[in-house]
This record gives sequence, structure tokens and C-alpha cells, in this order.
Amino acid sequence: MSTSVVVTGLGIASPNGLGTKEYWSATLEGKNGIGRITRFDPTGYPSQLAGEIDGFEAGKHLPQRLLPQTDRMTRLALVATDWALEDAGVKPGSFADFDMGVVTASSSGGFEFGQRELQRLWSLGSQHVSAYQSFAWFYAVNSGQISIRNGMKGPSGVVVSDQAGGLDALAQARRQIRKGTPLIVSGSIDASICTWGWVAQGASGRLSTRTDPSRAYLPFDADASGFVPGEGGAILILENGSAARQRGAKIYGEIAGYGATIDPKPGSSRGPGLRKAIELALADAGVGARDIDVVFADGAAIPELDRIESEALAEIFGPRGVPVTAPKTMTGRLYSGAAPLDVATALLAIQEGVIPPTVHTAAISDYQLDLVTGAPRRAKVRTALVLARGYRGFNSALIVRDFRESSNN
Amino acid sequence: MTKEFTLEDLKRVLLASAGAAEGVDLDSNILDIDFADLGYESVALLETGRQIELECRVSLDDGALAQVRTPRALLSLVNGHRNAANAQLREAS
Repeated sequence: MSTSVVVTGLGIASPNGLGTKEYWSATLEGKNGIGRITRFDPTGYPSQLAGEIDGFEAGKHLPQRLLPQTDRMTRLALVATDWALEDAGVKPGSFADFDMGVVTASSSGGFEFGQRELQRLWSLGSQHVSAYQSFAWFYAVNSGQISIRNGMKGPSGVVVSDQAGGLDALAQARRQIRKGTPLIVSGSIDASICTWGWVAQGASGRLSTRTDPSRAYLPFDADASGFVPGEGGAILILENGSAARQRGAKIYGEIAGYGATIDPKPGSSRGPGLRKAIELALADAGVGARDIDVVFADGAAIPELDRIESEALAEIFGPRGVPVTAPKTMTGRLYSGAAPLDVATALLAIQEGVIPPTVHTAAISDYQLDLVTGAPRRAKVRTALVLARGYRGFNSALIVRDFRESSNN
Repeated sequence: MTKEFTLEDLKRVLLASAGAAEGVDLDSNILDIDFADLGYESVALLETGRQIELECRVSLDDGALAQVRTPRALLSLVNGHRNAANAQLREAS
């Protein structure tokens, strides 16, 4: 039997709540974190709404030494990691250095830091570019800074596969634990709401141009017209299940199954790969469709992608066969941070026996989705499926399961 | 003629370019303490050197900068460059 891998700590930074407690209550209340951009003046850009994190003052949480060398996304990731480790009851020194690793995902790197240094390069000259530009923008910087700050020298890395990367990182973390590393910090935080980041994101052509925060991001809706981006995500502490039990850790649940596929190139006669990713995850977890109590949807809000997702769900679970939710309607799509936040939310749903709602959206009836809208739904949640798709064809599916009842593992 | 680059100048540049590590008092006698023990690794020193170059209008050799281990050695390197630059200025005038 494979080693079971469990989640023992959560650190959440979301546009509708900073910290697990605040995020969870905001999410159950249906609090919308999407609004007009405040970080810069969005007038003149086609898209003007985003999910921004308010009230995060890095200097209150991090040593001053780290501030000149970190982008906003790294500061958020370092603080979320501190919260996750505290939540897991892991103190520096309670594990050997090489028994702890870091595997995060990244979608764009430290755009805001990079933008500032590029502006200096072109307006003042190369001597004015910070030496920290050598790593502060880089995809792997969050893994690196988390590793340095916490003395974690075990297997580490970064996964770059857009939104799907958030699940792919957790899967890679699970592999490293199964290979013998007791603890891995995983998940992801993305944040690139700056003018350069905004132009780069807009180039996908997938951003909503609506200006009403309650009508802009509407996955599965007849009015779906693209998504609203956001910043943030979640950092999770993953541990070997039996070791976590032995040390008496609080266990949120088990990473029970994972599957990933790539869509065929446009024009291919083969169909999209999402359904196959779900089937792989179910097989990996050793469960059937009827064992899944809730699906956290990818919710692209691109009509073609919504149709593919709802068809995959209806084919596997039957018409309206499983409750489906997309709490990311309150945060916007957080790129690589979205799926770890969904996984954290699924674990809280398991713990609390409640499915958080999808807001603003009314699903097209042809989609045959049992979408949880309006208010949270009380339900016994033992096993949850989380979906994430990345730009240009990445599909990932991850299953989390209550660990309290699986005492035979 | 430009004035000497002092320890106070260096502390100001260190703070601006790389911050201060917790538990390190830059106001104590740091002249001969290894930069590593003060919390400044190679990239922090590279950034500090870049700031000094801009401020003092000198060009520090990256290789020489990498050899510098203490504030005293860095001050000596910077002022050595400044004195050489000043001497050139005098000869030219």
C-alpha cells in the first residue's frame, strides 16, 4: 500500500479574506472580493476589475531584510507559509533540514518587481537595475525564499503549468513524500496585478471586460464572457500520514488521487482531455464517481470551456449527479493560486460539512449541473474533486478525502 | 575633490539596498565583522556595491567586490578607487 499523504496546515491569502478564518467565513457569506482595480488606474485598459487582497502590510509580518528583495507574490507566499506551519504545529527545528522540502507552482513570477526594474533599465540605464532582479521575478523564487526562510533543504522545485500548476505542485509534493521526505510545503500564491502584468494577462483574450463586479465573472452562465483575474492562493503543509498521526497533528484530509492530461492540438479529431484527467484521479484514489460528494469546478467562464467542463461532469457523474461549486466567483481566477485555494476550501468543507456557494452565476440548464448557488449547502462531505485547467491545454484533477475515517491507511 | 566614503555612508547604503537582519546592531562596532555574520550574502553585497557605484561615481571591480569580507575592507576598496579617480582628475587639470 502506498504511503498516505495528508494536509496538516493551511495558509490562505485571498481577495475576500486574509487568513483561513476570515476567508472561510467570507466564503460562506458569499462575500465578493472582486472590484475595480486600485493598485493602478485601470482607465484605458479593456479590463478594469480584479480580485485584490486588501490590508496586507508585508512589513508587519516579515523581517525588514526580506523586503528589498521580494515581489508582492513572494511576500504573500512567505506569510501564508508562516501561517500554514503554525497551523500544522511545526516549529523550526522540529524536523531535520533535509526532511522538509518546498514544491510550489507559479504562473507568471514576480511581475511587479520585474516591471519596476525594466522601467529603471530603460529610463536610467543598466547600472540602476537591482541585483535582486536576478531572482526576485523568477518562477522558482517562492520555493527558494520559503526554503531559505525556514531552513528546508529537502527535495524542492516549482511547477509551471498555469492554473493547473496549483494541483500539479501538490501531486509533485505527494510524490516526494512517498519517496521518503516527511514534510513538504506546497500550494501556490500568484500576484501580478500591475500594468505590465495586466497587459500580459489581457493578451490571452480571456479576460472579462465588464465593469459591474457582480456581472463580470459568470462561469456556466448564459452571460459568461471571460474571467476576472485575482491575486493570492493557499500554502498547504503536506506530511506522511502515519508520521503525522504519530506526532498527533491535526489532519485536514488526505491527498487521495490525482490525474493530469494535455488537450490535443486545435483541429485534432481527439476530444478534450478533462474527462480523462478526472477518470485518472478517480482510479488513482480507488474511488468511483458515486463516492465524490462535491466538485470544485475550474469555471473558466469561456463558453466553449464551460461546455467542455459541464459535459465531462455530466458524463462521469450523470446529469445533475453531483453538487458542483466555484467559490472562485468571489475571488476571481488566481492562476496557479486558484486550485490550492480550492483544495483548502474542499478540506474545510469536509471538516465543517458544508459546501460553499457559487455566486452571481445561474448555470445554463443544458449543462445539467447541480450548481450550489445562492447560499452554502449543508452536506456530508467525505471526498471532494478539485479541477484546474491551464492556458493551452493543461488539465489536472485532484481528490481530497477525509482521513479521520480511513484508519486502515 | 570628493570626500571620503565613511562607515556611516556604508550603513545607510546597506540599509537601503538590503535592509538589516534581525538581531544585528549596525551601530555596534561592525568594522571587522564578516558580512556573512552581519546577514549580508553575496547578492546583498552585489546590490550594495551597485548602489555605492551610483552614489560615488566609481566603478568597482566585481571580482574585487566578491573578495571583500568586512565593512573595513569594503571602505578601503571604495576609497582606494576614489583616491585613484581623484589623482587622475588632478593630473588631468
